Amino acid sequence: MRSFGPVLVVLGVILAIWYAAAVLMNAQWERDQASRAGAVIGWAEILPATLRQERPVLPAPHQVAAEFWALTWGEEVSGRRGIVRSGSLSNRGLVLHAWVTLSATMLGFVIGAGFGILLAVGIVHNRAMDASVMPWAIASQTIPIVAIAPMIIVVLNSIGVSGLVPKAIIAAYLSFFPVVVGMVKGLRSPDAMQLDLLRTYNATALQGLWKLRLPAAMPFLFASLKVGVAASFVGTIVAELPLGGAGLGTRLLAGSYYGQTIQIWATLVMASLLAAAMVAVVGGIQARVLTRMGMR
Amino acid sequence: MTGTVIEAKGVGLTFQTGDGPVHALKGVDLVIEKGDFVSFIGPSGCGKTTFLRCMAALETPTEGKLTVNGMSPEDARQARAYGYVFQAAGLYPWRTIGGNIRLPLEIMGLSKAEQASRVERVLELVDLKGFGKKYPWQLSGGMQQRASIARALSFDADILLMDEPFGALDEIVRDHLNEQLLALWARTEKTIAFVTHSIPEAVYLSTKIVVMSPRPGRIADVIESPLPRERPLDIRDSPEFIAVAHRVRDGLRAGHSYDD
Repeated sequence: MRSFGPVLVVLGVILAIWYAAAVLMNAQWERDQASRAGAVIGWAEILPATLRQERPVLPAPHQVAAEFWALTWGEEVSGRRGIVRSGSLSNRGLVLHAWVTLSATMLGFVIGAGFGILLAVGIVHNRAMDASVMPWAIASQTIPIVAIAPMIIVVLNSIGVSGLVPKAIIAAYLSFFPVVVGMVKGLRSPDAMQLDLLRTYNATALQGLWKLRLPAAMPFLFASLKVGVAASFVGTIVAELPLGGAGLGTRLLAGSYYGQTIQIWATLVMASLLAAAMVAVVGGIQARVLTRMGMR
Repeated sequence: MTGTVIEAKGVGLTFQTGDGPVHALKGVDLVIEKGDFVSFIGPSGCGKTTFLRCMAALETPTEGKLTVNGMSPEDARQARAYGYVFQAAGLYPWRTIGGNIRLPLEIMGLSKAEQASRVERVLELVDLKGFGKKYPWQLSGGMQQRASIARALSFDADILLMDEPFGALDEIVRDHLNEQLLALWARTEKTIAFVTHSIPEAVYLSTKIVVMSPRPGRIADVIESPLPRERPLDIRDSPEFIAVAHRVRDGLRAGHSYDD
């Protein structure tokens, strides 16, 4: 593990900057409080106080960690509504919300990736689709998702679709695009000679797709799946903002309504852990598939 | 071993490009008999590869008449009448050597047992017995090219079209593969059309040497080799060999004279 040292150094630097920023950003509130009370305080009082505020501008790392622990392990194991005492996940804890967001993300990702692959196959095999679909796909990504997400939810709600599906559709809307772009590139990666070779065997287009284009596209597919799964996650969180109910997006919005900055940060930590885990899972599948294909 | 396999009468091919028409081939007349080993030699741009691709129906002549096994090249391609070996081995990196050789057999829908026995047979034919489970990157360039020849042989087409198959290999490996190719040709009695730009290679391998010249691509000379079919490597020092090589060189030079 030669990379262990540098990783720790980088982590240490980040934490140092974070603490410094927390002290500087939270100091003004302490001074205001002091002057309101008619007192003058120095850095000796300000410094520790900035790291234990209840609603700091920027919570310190240890505050976020403690909140994260309390909202996961603490809430579920010893909380009144936790899974140990009540038998179901607490709606105050992060685990339930993470699960809700994760399930919508997964569904959206599967829909988006599947749709993206199909679209790419169509674009590569059909001249009309090649000329007509790509501009629309690009246009779809230039619309800010924050603007279009509420409308999609309202429209779907009016035709009776609600719950997991609207969120998944918005997640799919964001995740199909990198998959289309990557797969079109991948499916077109075989060179002219390899296509000629299949011609000499009088292979059908389907055989060409199955035996040459799809295997050749695999490395491209996985690269874009990694981008796609992250995009799907962002899409789900954005979709949850106007929805209410459960989900990390809802929690973030609630946190900002009530100025619960520590809770927002704990939620962000959960979100980034989930995103990292999903990308890691895709990476693991990639390593396995490419090894089985003899490509690494 | 008689019968005409490939017949070309006044074959021409003109590409329409932005700078006007390019005459890749013009007035090519040629007959290839069954069991022939025909080499096409000439400078780049002389249309030797284009003519090979016409036989394979990868290009379509714009003039003249070309038949392969008495059919149009397109029908011959659909009947899988030929195996084609490209300049690069072009093996799929995600398939083993055996898997690569199996590729045409899978596409042609042969049974699993038949596929396996054919893979074994052609691996032996190109001296790669025991390498079926290796991946392409585990093999040298020469071995990869032999695997690609095995792939072209696996479905038992009577015609083998080879486009500078040894062009990217060093001379020592090339000599070795030339010798093996002759042995393979003797055993399988295939008809082989072979594109090269090496004079010794063309003279050593061929029963018939087609010398081509560029702009427009056409046949400058057709030489029936007086050499016996049985050819050890040292035949290249014999006077007959040197005489044929001379005639090839003269043909190439004549084609170049009103050019530069």
